[in-house]
Amino acid sequence: MQVELVDIRKHYGAVKANDGVSLTVAPGELHGILGENGAGKSTLMKILAGFTARTSGSVRVDGKPVDYRTTAEAVGHGVGMLYQDPLDFPQLAVLDNFILGQAGKIALERKAFKARFRELAESFHFRLDPETPVNRLTLGERQQVELLRLLALGTRLLILDEPTTGISAGQKEVLYAALRRLAVEGKSVLLVSHKLEDVEALCDRVTVLRLGRVTGAMERPFDTERLLEMMFGTPPPAPSRTAQPAGSAVLVMDRVSSPGGRSGLVDCSVAIRQGEVVGLAGLEGSGQEVFLRVAGGLKPPLSGSVKLSGRSMSGCDYHLFNKMGVYFVPAARLEEGLIPELTITEHMALQEERRSFRVPYPAAAENAARRIEAFRIKGRPQTPVEALSGGNQQRLLLSFLPPDPRLLLLENPTRGLDMESVNWVWRHLQSCARKGAGIVFSSPELDEILMVADRVLVFFNGRLIMDAAAAETDAARLASAIAGKA
Amino acid sequence: MGADDSAVQRTGRSGFRPRVQDVLLTAAAVFAFTTLLLIASDAPPLQAYHQLFLGSLGSWAKFAQVVKVWIPLTLCACGLLFTFRIGLWNIGVEGQVMLGAVFSTWALRAGSDSPASGAVLIALSLSASALGGALWAAVAGFLKTKGGVNEIFAGLGLNFVAQGIVLWLIFGPWKQPGVASMSGTETFPTELWLSAPALLRIPPAALAIAAAALAASGLILHFTWIGLYLKAVGRNPAAAFLYGLKPARLMVLAMLFAGGFAGLAGNLQVTAVYHRLIPAISSNYGYLALLVVMLANYNIWLTAPVALFFACLNVGSIQLPMMLQLDSSLGGVIQGALVLATLGMHGWRQIKTAKTASRPSAPPF
Repeated sequence: MQVELVDIRKHYGAVKANDGVSLTVAPGELHGILGENGAGKSTLMKILAGFTARTSGSVRVDGKPVDYRTTAEAVGHGVGMLYQDPLDFPQLAVLDNFILGQAGKIALERKAFKARFRELAESFHFRLDPETPVNRLTLGERQQVELLRLLALGTRLLILDEPTTGISAGQKEVLYAALRRLAVEGKSVLLVSHKLEDVEALCDRVTVLRLGRVTGAMERPFDTERLLEMMFGTPPPAPSRTAQPAGSAVLVMDRVSSPGGRSGLVDCSVAIRQGEVVGLAGLEGSGQEVFLRVAGGLKPPLSGSVKLSGRSMSGCDYHLFNKMGVYFVPAARLEEGLIPELTITEHMALQEERRSFRVPYPAAAENAARRIEAFRIKGRPQTPVEALSGGNQQRLLLSFLPPDPRLLLLENPTRGLDMESVNWVWRHLQSCARKGAGIVFSSPELDEILMVADRVLVFFNGRLIMDAAAAETDAARLASAIAGKA
Repeated sequence: MGADDSAVQRTGRSGFRPRVQDVLLTAAAVFAFTTLLLIASDAPPLQAYHQLFLGSLGSWAKFAQVVKVWIPLTLCACGLLFTFRIGLWNIGVEGQVMLGAVFSTWALRAGSDSPASGAVLIALSLSASALGGALWAAVAGFLKTKGGVNEIFAGLGLNFVAQGIVLWLIFGPWKQPGVASMSGTETFPTELWLSAPALLRIPPAALAIAAAALAASGLILHFTWIGLYLKAVGRNPAAAFLYGLKPARLMVLAMLFAGGFAGLAGNLQVTAVYHRLIPAISSNYGYLALLVVMLANYNIWLTAPVALFFACLNVGSIQLPMMLQLDSSLGGVIQGALVLATLGMHGWRQIKTAKTASRPSAPPF
């Protein structure tokens, strides 16, 4: 069956997750959707699978426009999706998961279903015992169960979202073999991935998304360089770094490991120096988040040591790091950085010195007004922070930083900001660096890292696999390091 | 409508301001529900409401009864404002009342042989009760912050333990001379009573304590660091930590406040109402106070009138069995229905605003 997506848009407030995406999948086609995190791949697929409602645009199946609102209706049209985390029932047996959602009579014909399951599983060389509870299976096996279920439901277009994450190499082979067979049978497959190698190994045709738009498409044989460029954009014209000599080491990590996120942080040794702006690159969850949290004392290292200006910080929490001049600014502004329902004045008050029992609200309000002015925040002292726009929330967070920090740890500091705000944020941070602060930030935007960072650290699977001066590397080299080809 | 909705959505729970139409609708729904219930149980509805009114506000004597219920209810509610402010469900408030009563009984018994005057002993028992309630709350607080036990389960468990302690004391160490009885411990001599002037019928000291608790809670929550910190942790513990606050410590602190106020309520049950320790010393005022605070929408100024209304229902329903052969739990039914209807209305508003804000929330399959 042929499926067309025409001018699909999905807006979350001001954020355009999909901004006019059009795409056609032919019958029997193995079609790859490539793009970095946040490019809009998953949103697009969830729209196609009926999981998420689109803002505008249309879906056509075999030339006829269809309109479905739920995943069940999508399955009815032959569109099924295998999610990154399988949506199964872990306590139930494999067979029960297989039966669920399939139309049946009142009495469950377990025997008939069992025979059908065995037959299907064998035809794909999946070794699955129908009576095993799903929670005893590996992720790869759970995928296989879900795949069989979708096929039994009559799926003719199968969507797979990052299916190779967390499964073994052997399972990947089995999965790919199964997908190739489906294509031969005339079924279409959409494979979503941010890994070039996955797409290259399987697909006939690739569509690349970036920032919610299609940046290009290509058929086999693939030109890797071109694909990377489509994924990450062309390198920025003129980088403007502070380009000042780095001072003595502020933060030294020695063989630090810590769990968390998708891959944790593994055996990381690195030193951050005064006045240095360091960009952390890598796919989401590759270790950057854990690195920033360990560096700020928000997460204790499982092994290894963290030193601040030569002093061992083992057993210290963020409040002690804070006293040493370390400040952490999280990416999730409203979830972690600001306190919803509290006004700007109340946020200022939280940081005022405690002299008596009474909170000095008048002084805090004055202070708030001063910061609002100095940081050009569009809001008033009595505005609750959740009423501010993302850019203004970020300005507010930065306005809380002291004038002379020693080390700033920033998680994706320009997330969701417009160009003007981005430039403003960086002018401010670079002025901190000139005064001697070490600045470490993570960003999914390679352009941004190359523009402002003096040094780039690339993380892959929890490991620091590249540590280079920004002036001596380029977007292509970074992109391949991010994909694990250092 | 639009601007109003976004205000509700923006400010969330604490900023939710009940609108007149919502309040009227809720009241009408509860009234209709109760009336149907009365009709179903073959009771004349109008007469039942009339009896509820007469039983609570029909005479000064009845009203004095109402105030005697209002006092512990308000004390518990004041304490709960602290725990709700930091996002804790202090359901253990019931046990904290009981421990307050136990500690004050202990202080009075211990001091009754001493030469100290009644007033001094009562003052000591007040301190002891606040301490007892606070200690009991602290147990739940530490179980929550150090042991990872949800405060609802910890509180519920501790309530049973507290009830056990009360019964054990009444039938064991503190039993009446001769024979232990469900009627409680031996009645204290009148100089250990928080007594009321014959005309007023309400102990002025108890009333003063409740008023002081209201004023103190209001001041602390609105003007001091404690109020600001509790609010900050309640809205976002992770961010509050980044601002240098210690969420775990503040949670225990909020529990101490709640337990202290509940303990005082327990003391007044002993010194001003029963003049002894009885098995049902807490009279479920702790649980009732949870409903009061929710219905008052966590607002301290609304707490006092809502508590008064609940006290009226409680006292007014006492004579229903005699007058109409109706069970006195009707008061409780109305209270419960009111809270459920209010919460339902609030939830419905939120769902509606969430929908108009077009947030995708489609469940998978």
